[in-house]
Amino acid sequence: MGASDLESDLKHLVGDILDEAKRQGATAAEVSVGDDEGLTIAVRQRDIETIEFSQDRGFGITVYAGARKGTATTSDSRPEAVRATVGAALGIARHTEDDECNGLADPERMARDLPDLDLHHPWTMDADALRDLALETEATALDYDGRIVNSEGAEVATQRSCRVYGNSHGFLGAVTGTRHSVHCAVVAGDDAGMERDHWYSIARDPEELDSHVSVGEEAARRALARLGTKRLRTGNWPVLFSPRMAAGLIGHLVGAISGGALYRRASYLTDSLGKPVAAKGITLAEYPHLPKGLGSAGFDGDGVATASKAFVHEGRLDHYVLGSYSARRLGMETTGNAGGVFNLRLETDTVCPAALMREMGTGLVVTELMGQGVDLVSGHYSRAAAGFWIENGEPAYPVEKVTIASTLNEMYHGIVAAGDDIDRRSNIHTGSILVRSMTVAN
Amino acid sequence: MTQLIETAKRELWEAGEIGERDVSRLIGRLMHRQVDAGELFFQQRRMESWTLEDGLVKDGTFSVDRGVGVRAVSGEKTGFAYADDIVLPALGKAADAARTIARSGGDGSIQAYRRREVAPRYAGTDPLASFPERDKVALLGRTDAFARSLDPLVTQVTARLAASFETNLVVGSDGTFAGDVRPLVRFDVSVIVEKDGRRERGFAGGGGRHDFSWILSGDADGQARRYVREAVRQALTNLEAVDAPAGSMPVILAPGWAGVLLHEAVGHGLEGDFNRKGTSAYAGRVGERVASELCTVVDDATMKDRRGSLNLDDEGTPGQRTVLIENGVLRGYMQDKLNARLMKAAPTGNGRRESYACLPMPRMTNTLLLAGESDPGEILASVADGVYAVSFGGGQVDITSGRFVFSATEAYRIEKGRVTRPVRGMSLVGSGPEVMTRVSMVGNDLALDQGVGTCGKEGQSVPVGVGQPTVKIDEITVGGTA
Repeated sequence: MGASDLESDLKHLVGDILDEAKRQGATAAEVSVGDDEGLTIAVRQRDIETIEFSQDRGFGITVYAGARKGTATTSDSRPEAVRATVGAALGIARHTEDDECNGLADPERMARDLPDLDLHHPWTMDADALRDLALETEATALDYDGRIVNSEGAEVATQRSCRVYGNSHGFLGAVTGTRHSVHCAVVAGDDAGMERDHWYSIARDPEELDSHVSVGEEAARRALARLGTKRLRTGNWPVLFSPRMAAGLIGHLVGAISGGALYRRASYLTDSLGKPVAAKGITLAEYPHLPKGLGSAGFDGDGVATASKAFVHEGRLDHYVLGSYSARRLGMETTGNAGGVFNLRLETDTVCPAALMREMGTGLVVTELMGQGVDLVSGHYSRAAAGFWIENGEPAYPVEKVTIASTLNEMYHGIVAAGDDIDRRSNIHTGSILVRSMTVAN
Repeated sequence: MTQLIETAKRELWEAGEIGERDVSRLIGRLMHRQVDAGELFFQQRRMESWTLEDGLVKDGTFSVDRGVGVRAVSGEKTGFAYADDIVLPALGKAADAARTIARSGGDGSIQAYRRREVAPRYAGTDPLASFPERDKVALLGRTDAFARSLDPLVTQVTARLAASFETNLVVGSDGTFAGDVRPLVRFDVSVIVEKDGRRERGFAGGGGRHDFSWILSGDADGQARRYVREAVRQALTNLEAVDAPAGSMPVILAPGWAGVLLHEAVGHGLEGDFNRKGTSAYAGRVGERVASELCTVVDDATMKDRRGSLNLDDEGTPGQRTVLIENGVLRGYMQDKLNARLMKAAPTGNGRRESYACLPMPRMTNTLLLAGESDPGEILASVADGVYAVSFGGGQVDITSGRFVFSATEAYRIEKGRVTRPVRGMSLVGSGPEVMTRVSMVGNDLALDQGVGTCGKEGQSVPVGVGQPTVKIDEITVGGTA
């Protein structure tokens, strides 16, 4: 089925469900349907390991009875199942309590002209060709160096997803997009032990994927670079977050300024609007309408129009990240971010990674972080890290089983420089970030 | 158990008018191109949850998910497809997609069905229907009032009551014909306390494979109150916490939930898939000493009503008690069917999957470090300078290097053999194999967790249990800021 046929089918279904909700007595309703189809091929040790076909359809139905709310979900699209699911949602609503903040977003905020975001680019290769691509990716990594001793395999995945959202204001929006990825993970070993690392490329358009050979090579290079770890001295040192890790660091800030955490007072940035939350040179802005962007969307989870804006401007917190419910809870207006941010960029002066290391002098480059030691409530940060020790601006040796600790507040205010090595493989686009000082233990 | 099969057939097949002969024909179609093994996994899961926030139960969700996963295995290769509609045309399509994996080689043989029987580890009652909605809502309302009455510093109370009821049926070319009916409930409460601009959180909860009477029956209110008191106590403790130390030092793990460290540090490394592929630090080491001789580790799916317990795993193999490490010596791995066959071992009932839409793999059930002989007081008295870790928020492990990390949500300094000030912002980092050799004392106070653990692996979440006595580890890297 073509993308537009599928969208129109799902729009009809959503319309039918909204009608059914009204018929059963809901005063307002919203429905979202996701329909995904994909193929994942995994190879390991030069042979195919799994081939997985996925096909999912799920309905989420939220109904309101005045200020009461109930939600039900199902994977069953038969009419009797839909009727039962609407009934279940209304049954829940009967037992919940009034909350004046409940309800759809205000009708005038609904997205009107949905931009064409150019997100749908099917991969035309067949399963055999994709399998060969995965085999070559892994072979490149395995053959890269004699010290590549094992493999967790390579994986090629392609997915088409269609989401339709509609509500009883009459809003009905659809977005269909593709995502394709090539991933490889290998194990390097020497007398001292084994180290694993991985690399991947992901894009909406297969033409924009990095070459599969480069993915395999990079996975091998990264695993090899981890061999020969040494211990470092416990103390306070500058820490350079590599781009993937820097995106995670920015992600914690997004979490701390998100409505759900704020109205629950579960963020260290509660009541911080207008105040400095990061170093003065730091701006964080979102661009929801980037063509082919992994995080692009014309409307948010409430049907509200998305728009470009800076959440943090020159270090000052200008906007929270709000959907309509959390906005009402805080006595504010939605920022069109029900469901999160859309293509967030770190905007600041950047230099090349080598210059960042020179600026750091002696310190730690973090290429991997583990564990959940980030507490948004108190702002405490303590995680396990692996990476490289830098001496006199040059990589000296790899390190592992290191912990880095500080508070988020000190870390964001302590950002002294950022790199031009920008990674666009997620919803947060940033290069490396250099933080002035953290407690590093080993 | 055959009664479970009949229940499962009724729930899963009747709506689509599917019978045993149709399923046998599908297995035949799956095996047509000479794959080694074919399997159909039918599943239905109904779930509900009720959430309290700001003193109001203002949200509830209900969901039904049903479908079938179809798997064809040929040597080390697996073809997999699924359908979220249990009707014959969708089943046939999924079978055709899954069998594309097979090139040749398998014998395509189909065994006669054998219906498995095991003594049930939990009752097959539907927890969603066990109490009326108003009782569930009323419990959450009382939770909020009670938490706030305990201390005026409590500014936020969030509580959740959740239940799921799963029915599954596995039919395989190896003769498997098995069904299970699994209840699972959970109650948890999270509080935030504020004092002088400082905010801290406390969390507690529990549950298991049973209905809601553990927390909703007439005289069970004390149970909910215990969780609430515990959450408030933890939050208030953290309000007084000082920065955690940094560096290498002795660590004592409290009995119970701290066993999650063991789950990460050693459990995952003993799952069959990583060992078959040689990517685990424990690969090829059965019979070798891998831990201090004080350590005996078991995975036990047979415990009554526990969150990680299973009558049958998701491949129809009976859940069992498997000794993984005995007095420090590695005895065996946890296996699903595929990895057991390729490693020429027996399946251990650890084949689990998040749902019909995921492939099964070796997973833990309830994983325990068994009791030793030391008195817990004696263990504490042996540490001059270290930390005492009571509760962890979460952890992660890199199987290949054995590296793990844990974040404590409640921990204390140990000074001169005594537990003193609470500390905050503490991570523990180490290597699983190293830590296991550094266990120098094991307490006689084995305790199980409360039943809220969820384990993630390759994107799939499954409920698990952990347990351990007081344990002393001579040295771990502690990551704090002080």
